[in-house]
Amino acid sequence: MASRSTKPFSSRDAVVCRGVGKTWSAGTDRAHVALRDVDLDVAPGEFIVLLGPSGCGKSTLLYLIAGLEDTSDGEIWAFGDRVATPSPDRSLIFQETSLFPWLTVWQNVSFGLSIRGEPAAARKEAARQALQRVGLVEAMDKRPDELSGGMRQRVAVARALAMRPKVLLMDEPFAALDVQTRAKMQDFLLDVWRDSEASVLFVTHHIDEAVALADRVVIFTARPGRIKTIVPIDMPRPRDPFSAQSEALRKELTELMRAEVDRAFAEQEAV
Amino acid sequence: MSTASHPADAGDTDGAAAAGTPNAPATRRLPLAGRLAPVLSRLGTTLLSVGLFCGIWEILWALDIADPKLLPPPHIFLGSFPEQAKFFNTAQRWQIGVGLNTGPSPQGAVLITILASGARVLVGLLIAAVLSIAIGVAIRYFAAVEKLTLPTITLLSPVSPIAWLPVAIFLFGIGNAPAIFMVVIALFFHMVLATIAQIDGVSRNLINVARTMGASKRQIYGRVIVPAILPGMLMVLRLNLFGAWMVVLVAESTGVGYGLGQVIMLARNTFNPSLVFFTIALIGLLGFLSDWVLRLLQKKLLYWVPQTAGVLRGL
Repeated sequence: MASRSTKPFSSRDAVVCRGVGKTWSAGTDRAHVALRDVDLDVAPGEFIVLLGPSGCGKSTLLYLIAGLEDTSDGEIWAFGDRVATPSPDRSLIFQETSLFPWLTVWQNVSFGLSIRGEPAAARKEAARQALQRVGLVEAMDKRPDELSGGMRQRVAVARALAMRPKVLLMDEPFAALDVQTRAKMQDFLLDVWRDSEASVLFVTHHIDEAVALADRVVIFTARPGRIKTIVPIDMPRPRDPFSAQSEALRKELTELMRAEVDRAFAEQEAV
Repeated sequence: MSTASHPADAGDTDGAAAAGTPNAPATRRLPLAGRLAPVLSRLGTTLLSVGLFCGIWEILWALDIADPKLLPPPHIFLGSFPEQAKFFNTAQRWQIGVGLNTGPSPQGAVLITILASGARVLVGLLIAAVLSIAIGVAIRYFAAVEKLTLPTITLLSPVSPIAWLPVAIFLFGIGNAPAIFMVVIALFFHMVLATIAQIDGVSRNLINVARTMGASKRQIYGRVIVPAILPGMLMVLRLNLFGAWMVVLVAESTGVGYGLGQVIMLARNTFNPSLVFFTIALIGLLGFLSDWVLRLLQKKLLYWVPQTAGVLRGL
């Protein structure tokens, strides 16, 4: 059972979830509970990794925090405001490429600004700055299909940064990348995160990724997703993945995950 | 920095690479020749395909199996071009008090006829595309529009365009208007349904990105959904282009001045197989050319859509 926090929350908390649950296709015979009783407090500037077996509802939680889906139970607050609709303050980065293929890189990055009706010159400048932070200024006038997978995800990060979000939600953003590129992207993400001062909620099922990135690792149970436990990581960055501390942590997280993965498998076989 | 190239890149440069690998310096000196080579090879296979068909026909004629009075082979119906061309003056040859030899020259009449039919197809296609995309988008945008129009559109979409011919004449009489109306009506219903299917197929991620950036419903439709469905819609347009050519002939047979449908009717009524096949050849060529133009347009307008034909064949 999750360690239910009873601390009263203030407008200084980046994200606060209280008893959050989500049931898909509620009211039909296909209804299934994806998420139940999630309590989570995220401090400003904190890096949270959500770890769990596939299908445990960790992506669902991101969608709920982004405001793209409505909660079935409980409440979500962001900086003291109830989350009801999407907001540019909470940017979501998807697993697959989500760049607009008909726009150039800089037009993609400044898409959110054009929604606000900012003039082209200002947008281009903002795009240039955001692209500078991800090291892709030279690619400004290219089209997404001219970029590699890693570059495209960096453009997606730049697009999110251009909105100056207070919370960065990342749904397995590096899952489609090869191992070497992923390691590079993790370093890059940590740099960007330090500069931006945003809170990050990062969904993954890679234990290595959690060890490399997180201030706190939130481990989910198998379906229905609940918070099993939260593991704080007090290690300075950059972290050596081969240090004894990393090794011990990896072992601890693997143990915690194993039971849930077994349960998820058993459940899938039962179906 | 990662520099892994994406498969789509390979697809884009595939043609140039294939043409240029054996003698890359030569193609650099002669870029035009390099670009012309694949075009010529494609033209070659087209001619080969058509030549094979015509060759079989000519052999059947030479063996006395195909009666030249009923199935005149290509060298006969194409060889008598000036003679056939004078029938194309369909607009004025029936007028009272006008001599057979007045009006445009036979070659001029062929050109005018082609342009007249082509213009009807083009105008009909444009009107149908604009109308159906607008209605399709409106159906997904407003629930009320869907409830009011979609059942009727679905009900009418299986009706053959031929059935609309009398309606076209009741409404518009004789002339350009009913012919264009026929093209529009033949394409409109299918294209509305295709538009809706395309909208439903737009990636959720793209829509969600726009939502998290604070886009309104109108902005999501205008900035994301409409550009995202354009590639599919142009494909639908291409598929319907041939349909438009078929329908325009039927519509023109009712009497429109100049028009390929008029020529076919004349050929039928005067029992002139050569003229029939000559016109069929002309229509085929026009359909082929207009499809080619639309394909070029697709490449130019929809620069972001990867060309996958070569990749799929290489499987």
